Amino acid sequence: MAFTDVHISTVEKKKNGFVGVDIPSYDFITNCIHCGLCLPACPTYTLTGLEKSSPRGRIRLIKAVADGDLEITQGFVDEMHFCLDCQACETACPAGVKYGSLVEFARAQIYRQQKVSWLEKGLKWFFFEKVLSSKRNLKRAAKALRMYQRGGVERILNKTGILKMLAPKMAKLQHLSPRINEKFFDESFPEVVRPVGNAQHRVAFLSGCIMNVAFADVNRDTIEVLLHNGCEVVVPRMQECCGSLQAHNGDFETARKLARHNIDVFLQHDFEAIVINSAGCGAFMKEYGHYLADDRQYSERASLLSRKVKDLTEFLVSIDFKKPGHPFNKRVAYHDACHLAHAQRITTEPRAILEAIPGIDLVDLPEASWCCGSAGIYNVVHYEDSMQLLSRKMKNVESTHAELIVASNPGCIAQMKYGLDLFECTGEIIHLATLLNRAYASHD
Amino acid sequence: MINPSVLQKLSRIVGKENYLDSQEDKITYSYDGTPLISQLPEAVIIPHSKEEIAQIVTLANEVAFAIVPRGSGSGLSGGSVPVENSIVLLMSHWNKILEIDTENLTALVEPGVITADVHSAVEKLGLFYPPDPGSMNICTIGGNVAENAGGLRGLKYGVTKHYVMGLEVVLPNGEIIFSGGKSVKDVAGYNLKDFFVGSEGTLGIFTKILLKLIPKPETSKTMLAYFQSRKEAAEAVSAIVAAHIVPATIEFLDQTTIKCVEEYAHLGLPTSIESLLLIEVDGRPSVVEEDAAKIVVLCKRHNCIEIKIAQNAVEAIRLKTARRAAFSALARVKPTTILEDVTVPRTELAPMLERIDSIAGKYNLLFGTFGHAGDGNLHPTCLTDERDTNEIHRAESAFEEIFNESIKMGGTITGEHGTGLAKKKFLPAVAGIPAIAMMQSIKSSIDPNAILNPGKVFSIKPKCEGSLPRNREQIKKFEELGAWT
Repeated sequence: MAFTDVHISTVEKKKNGFVGVDIPSYDFITNCIHCGLCLPACPTYTLTGLEKSSPRGRIRLIKAVADGDLEITQGFVDEMHFCLDCQACETACPAGVKYGSLVEFARAQIYRQQKVSWLEKGLKWFFFEKVLSSKRNLKRAAKALRMYQRGGVERILNKTGILKMLAPKMAKLQHLSPRINEKFFDESFPEVVRPVGNAQHRVAFLSGCIMNVAFADVNRDTIEVLLHNGCEVVVPRMQECCGSLQAHNGDFETARKLARHNIDVFLQHDFEAIVINSAGCGAFMKEYGHYLADDRQYSERASLLSRKVKDLTEFLVSIDFKKPGHPFNKRVAYHDACHLAHAQRITTEPRAILEAIPGIDLVDLPEASWCCGSAGIYNVVHYEDSMQLLSRKMKNVESTHAELIVASNPGCIAQMKYGLDLFECTGEIIHLATLLNRAYASHD
Repeated sequence: MINPSVLQKLSRIVGKENYLDSQEDKITYSYDGTPLISQLPEAVIIPHSKEEIAQIVTLANEVAFAIVPRGSGSGLSGGSVPVENSIVLLMSHWNKILEIDTENLTALVEPGVITADVHSAVEKLGLFYPPDPGSMNICTIGGNVAENAGGLRGLKYGVTKHYVMGLEVVLPNGEIIFSGGKSVKDVAGYNLKDFFVGSEGTLGIFTKILLKLIPKPETSKTMLAYFQSRKEAAEAVSAIVAAHIVPATIEFLDQTTIKCVEEYAHLGLPTSIESLLLIEVDGRPSVVEEDAAKIVVLCKRHNCIEIKIAQNAVEAIRLKTARRAAFSALARVKPTTILEDVTVPRTELAPMLERIDSIAGKYNLLFGTFGHAGDGNLHPTCLTDERDTNEIHRAESAFEEIFNESIKMGGTITGEHGTGLAKKKFLPAVAGIPAIAMMQSIKSSIDPNAILNPGKVFSIKPKCEGSLPRNREQIKKFEELGAWT
């Protein structure tokens, strides 16, 4: 330990490159002992083999900015956004470093300091601040997309090859966008849904932003599963998007606005849990307390709400859910959504549910908790990298010969459905709620 | 500073896409797993052939810059931390297993292959590569050979040096040699390949490594023994060794480490006990059963509170994985973990543990201690905070005392991490001045311009006239003058 012999760190006081509020925690930074055990868990490090694309490298870059050894350069911005925020490194980290928080706060600084290109900024502003942050606007956009998808425009553009010619990237990307439902979820259910007989539980349900317009069927299945288990379900009308996509993009202001709104809306009702069927939303709502810790007006209620947030699988296991009675003979593989396995550390509950369904042959999906590359809008912004991850995922999926591939997150489902087409794989990608509902129906 | 025209030449040798000199790249290659040490390189170079490496080495001799080879950067003695005026030679992309010879029981691999990847590749064929450093899921074979890495299975199977049969090396003068081969016996000339094992990147750059494999043990049994005192645990280890039982692994964890590991891995370990032993026996089923039974008896005789046997392979792997995470898990207590690897003869295990305890108390420091008890190889880990300068200095003094105690007991300052930068100050005390002088003269004759990882292991001193001091009195005189510190 010749500490005195070696260059330790520069003594002169340099300027912290992070300013204002929402600065990456220096305690979290120093918590990293740069042992490198996170490296093999990181999908982006595996793609490039470069240290700067690893969790350890990114933490070091964040430290360099905090220490004033590096400005918020384009290279820094690129690496922070190259990260999938899958948080597999957090699961791998024996020291318990809060990497996800560090990267998200670094992104918040990038956002605050306006260090992204105007095009990216414009696009993100449009989607995150305008479309997703308002249910009304989202529905308008969804209707427009539905018209494009169903009205024949898409078919004509694709059949004639015009789209491929004019905008090859768009031609690829359009298949990534989920199919918009004929009827949006919140338009087909009343605010309170009651089970047959006496309700044993009263829960609230987050209908979600994308889930509401493109996964209405999954939401419906979730509600039916909850009803089947004796739950009275409240779906607050006024709820908005949970804010996770905005927060992951660094726009904490919009995310907090949405969080406050949802806290007000949800806490008007009385319920034992908020049930969530989208891993990303659940992970973020469990962090409301953390994000609003400095908000005197909201901090307490934010923590209260966060404590009530339960993933559907977590909730079902906690209430000792009803096991389907009749055999549902299928070969099934389970894919761990990052924000369920790594951010919420929920891995046993979904498998326990699947194993409780008679007739199901649950096979191990190799690298089940390795990111599929969906990661919010990552598959749009980093299409090529995302497709490499998807290819790896689909190879693993194929090796299982499963008929049903189960996930608990809309992003993963849309991405893997795209993967089925792209890599010509067989099988069906299905939400756990849908599978369970089918299993219930098979004897009802 | 390396001249920009030289950097341009480097870029031409490997191609633009393999030449990195952005500030972000320099920062992220300025460290390895060692605490408190970092230095920016001038550039990071990713070579793709031994010829490219030879050209880089030749250029370094012409214009004087240093080359620091690096794999995954998980080392714990600063071996792959850049030095002044240096480039990082990144070898982690050399990750192919070139051949597994199931008849001669060898594997030919590139240096950037991850150690655990070698394990899984050879085990599929019923073969076994025993060295398993704690970081085996990320460390590279090249780094293992350079540091002569150990691991959990060292007790029965030895360390990396016992499994290197041949090396292809780019020498500091740019020549390329292959030393060793598949012959089990080979006494032709000096044993050069062994000479490179543990050379910490100072004597040559590996481009191919021929590893020795052995048949995979038929079966194994993993158990946990809980003890109320460290002394009893240490005595149980001595008893097992004295009974001529050679388990593959005997690992020791103290209470602080148990708590941290439990917090991370949720294995259900009791956090009230003062120490535990993780023991694994392997081999033929009948021998495994017999040895395991004997170990149970011996542990009980030394007041073991409880002994648990892993029910299946999955559970055994979970236990071992958790043990491998011990070092990093200790960072849950305090952000800076300074881990050492003093090693003493096995009989001195209990006294050494006691000494570590009292030294930690003397300097008012928090220690978590674990290690390969069967090898006498301990990892006293100081839990501190690099922002607390005073505590860091106390830690330095404490480790100096721990090293001295180890040497007094006939032990060494490092069992498996290497000397690197972190321990070179203490090398004279264990190796002796004449030995260091010999190392220096070997280094300067092979690498006269000191281009390969200079300043690691020992300082490169300007050559001096006259003969070396030989006896104690002469050496003492120099020591009083403050030399060698």
